[in-house]
Amino acid sequence: MITHPNVTITVLLFAMYRERLNKNCLRLTVEHPATVFSVLQQLQIEHPDIGPLVEHTLVAVNQEYAESDRILAEGDELALIPPVSGG
Amino acid sequence: MESGKVTTITSEQLDPEAITAMVRKDANGATATFLGTTRDETEGRAVLHLEYDIYPTMAYKVFETILDELTEKWGIAQAVIAHRYGHVPIGEISMVVAIGSPHRKEAFAACAYAVDRIKEIAPVWKKEFYGDGAEWVGCHTDENSLSLRNQK
Repeated sequence: MITHPNVTITVLLFAMYRERLNKNCLRLTVEHPATVFSVLQQLQIEHPDIGPLVEHTLVAVNQEYAESDRILAEGDELALIPPVSGG
Repeated sequence: MESGKVTTITSEQLDPEAITAMVRKDANGATATFLGTTRDETEGRAVLHLEYDIYPTMAYKVFETILDELTEKWGIAQAVIAHRYGHVPIGEISMVVAIGSPHRKEAFAACAYAVDRIKEIAPVWKKEFYGDGAEWVGCHTDENSLSLRNQK
């Protein structure tokens, strides 16, 4: 039987995510291989109150926008980027 | 990023004259400075103050990428992007983009492009506070849903 090692990542929360979950970040342990998409799914299951906003959220991995099929590595810094409104 | 380019993220008031002076150079015949200021109403609703949230480490990278794009597209060698975060009262400057260039056409084009790119990709969020509530711009935050609002 093949056992998959787990990877631990940090999920940074900003704006409405920070308010909704009442914290700045989460530590998440996921089974390898985990992708940006699978982490978002896991977050929606664990925190149903973040609701449909996830569908309008981009994700950055290590401070760069990432595709949903990006595979996450141990120690990665994932950030949820809801629609931006700077300026 | 070359020495003529500067990015700043601060909770302090932004000084547009000091920032503009950073892109002034004898070789430059044109300086374009854009100020983004906090407006007192949105869609007819009075705004009392704003709050900016920012992902600083990524925002610095994004700002630097945008400044490098200005060099690629228009040869801009002197440019500053400064953005404020935290509580910002109405009528204050939330963002400054300053461009120095030998000629005006490049300065105007680069300044407009940089502002558009910041609004498009920089990880910055603003929350408007009204007399009867508050809302993150771009998203409804009422109790029942967190759905996307039409972006303008």
